[in-house]
Amino acid sequence: MAVAIARKYATEKYAVQLAARKPEQLYALQQDLQIRAGVPVTTHAFDALDFASHPAFYRQLEVKPDIVICVFGYLGDQQAAQSDWNEAARILHTNYTGAVSILNVVAEDMAARQSGAIIGISSVAGDRGRMSNYLYGSAKAGFTAYLSGLRNRLFHTGVHVMSVQPGFVNTRMTENLTLPPLLTAQPEEVAKDIFKGAAARRNVIYTKWFWRYIMFIIRNIPEFIFKKLKL
Amino acid sequence: MRKQLANWGNYPALDCEESSFSQEEQLTQYVNTHDRIIARGNGRCYGDASLGEHSISTLRYDKVLHFDVETGDFECQAGMTLDQVLEIVVPKGWFLPVTPGTKFITVGGAVASDVHGKNHHSEGSFSNHILHMEVLTGTGMMTCSRSSNTDLYWATCGGMGLTGIITSVRFRLKKIETAYIRQKQIKAENLDEILRLFDEYTHYTYSMAWIDCLQKGKSFGRSILIVGEHAAKEELNAKQGREPLVLPPKMKLTVPFNLPSFVLNNFTVKAFNALYYGKNYKKVMESVVPYEPFFYPLDAIHHWNRGYGKDGFVQYQFVLPIDKKEGLAAILRAISDKGWGSFLAVLKVFGKQDDLISFPMEGYTLALDFPVRKGLFAFLDELDALVLQYGGRLYLTKDARMQQEVFWKSYPNAERFAGIVKTFNPDGKFRSVQSDRLLLTQ
Repeated sequence: MAVAIARKYATEKYAVQLAARKPEQLYALQQDLQIRAGVPVTTHAFDALDFASHPAFYRQLEVKPDIVICVFGYLGDQQAAQSDWNEAARILHTNYTGAVSILNVVAEDMAARQSGAIIGISSVAGDRGRMSNYLYGSAKAGFTAYLSGLRNRLFHTGVHVMSVQPGFVNTRMTENLTLPPLLTAQPEEVAKDIFKGAAARRNVIYTKWFWRYIMFIIRNIPEFIFKKLKL
Repeated sequence: MRKQLANWGNYPALDCEESSFSQEEQLTQYVNTHDRIIARGNGRCYGDASLGEHSISTLRYDKVLHFDVETGDFECQAGMTLDQVLEIVVPKGWFLPVTPGTKFITVGGAVASDVHGKNHHSEGSFSNHILHMEVLTGTGMMTCSRSSNTDLYWATCGGMGLTGIITSVRFRLKKIETAYIRQKQIKAENLDEILRLFDEYTHYTYSMAWIDCLQKGKSFGRSILIVGEHAAKEELNAKQGREPLVLPPKMKLTVPFNLPSFVLNNFTVKAFNALYYGKNYKKVMESVVPYEPFFYPLDAIHHWNRGYGKDGFVQYQFVLPIDKKEGLAAILRAISDKGWGSFLAVLKVFGKQDDLISFPMEGYTLALDFPVRKGLFAFLDELDALVLQYGGRLYLTKDARMQQEVFWKSYPNAERFAGIVKTFNPDGKFRSVQSDRLLLTQ
């Protein structure tokens, strides 16, 4: 998904800063964006789980970004995580703690500058906990609540925060799941929705759009029925 | 995860485990921990060439790595589709050196199939334009070209992925002034006339013909020859000339689900062919058209393959040596007598090519679709016998059912190819349903 988003912003003539755990793995994408769009692209080492490194990571960015898009995530293995704390912790820390840790730093800077935008990729899985992925879902629920609070706070400084709630997306993360083709988005579609949503300063977007209604229904199933379902 | 996979013909549909990678490291790790692997691009080969126990999708490995707008040297990872390549290079005044009839194939697939296009007689197949490439073989990552690791190079061009996973390819693009083609369509009343026209128009860079396989008697082999050249700036009209390297916006059509197979029966195919051939056509028509409808007429209809119903279809493509004109007539006659029709029949004259395992050779190639039905495979075996009798061979990329003897008898370098595959794929780690069927990896 990150690749599609980077390509979308690059082709819209944004300069792009790419950050990942192994920056050498960003080299190909850097070439790709530069050749396609002719925009400046830099790469940076960033480890979502190394919270202590986040302030320094942000400080050393020579150019502070106008838009920060937080795309990292880890679906993990729900079954394993139920009994293995290491797996559970990795799910929680990647999807929630790590995201909060870096966005806190970004938010401070943007609040001080009184400009900028933060886009957080959460998930419809956070809209209601389900047996098949509630560890991932609960971390995303936390992240969704965090983004909502951050939006509330930063509104008063002129900084915009957009929450993105993707449904099924065809990515490496989901390639071991059986996804219904009609409900599944391609990363390029998600990227397009994000770009459009951010340009229109939307607060919360669902992608594909109908997930807003699917999740409305799912959130409204009474608990005494919901708990009996095998979802 | 295991799921049912099928390529463009929707036949065969088999249970395969499909995975993907976006980093070389992930691929190496996958290859080290799995066996019975075959690379799969965009699934546009027709049969079982990219189906196997473990299909590894290259589609997320799709970055452009190098593009020199002065020389036209272009390098990308193997999962990039030609569609993407065109999007990047056409606005800069470059074009694919060779393209098949769809742009929805990957560069890796173009090499593994050594694809050909309308310019085969003038510019050869895709491999003719490769500078070098990287292949993750059974013995490690290797770079190969016409001058280094040549065995690997030749066994990888047209080698159907059996030497390993092609990871990146550098090739040379072709300079263009505009995104338009100056095309000419010429009607031919019968087979003799169309073959004569191919000769007469051989100086054109691009040529191919639509042939109506259902005609008998004096219209037997009735066709339309389509030839073309990249248009120069001054050949465009005022509107086209404003942005000569940008295509006009277009409509997208799709076949949303499998049509019942009776939709494409003899009658509808005849009606289509009659419409296409059209009595009111002039003998020769000239026009300047965007490159898309010229090269990719069927890409405009997404999922046209669903038109053949859920049982799928096989595309049958063979080539016969240039001196076997009578063979072409014999096979066409067998097809028209059977009347099992073909929505699409494409005839083309190939230029000289004599590579290790690539499909093209100087001669006539015909491609047609057959919806899967009872008795079809027995009939295709009869056609195979004719192809063999006239010294021809079948295109592995389209193949889903050929008997192994046909392959071994018709590809003169099959033994040598199998030997090289053995060197780079010693444990048969890379193998497909097709390669097992043809006894290339046993």
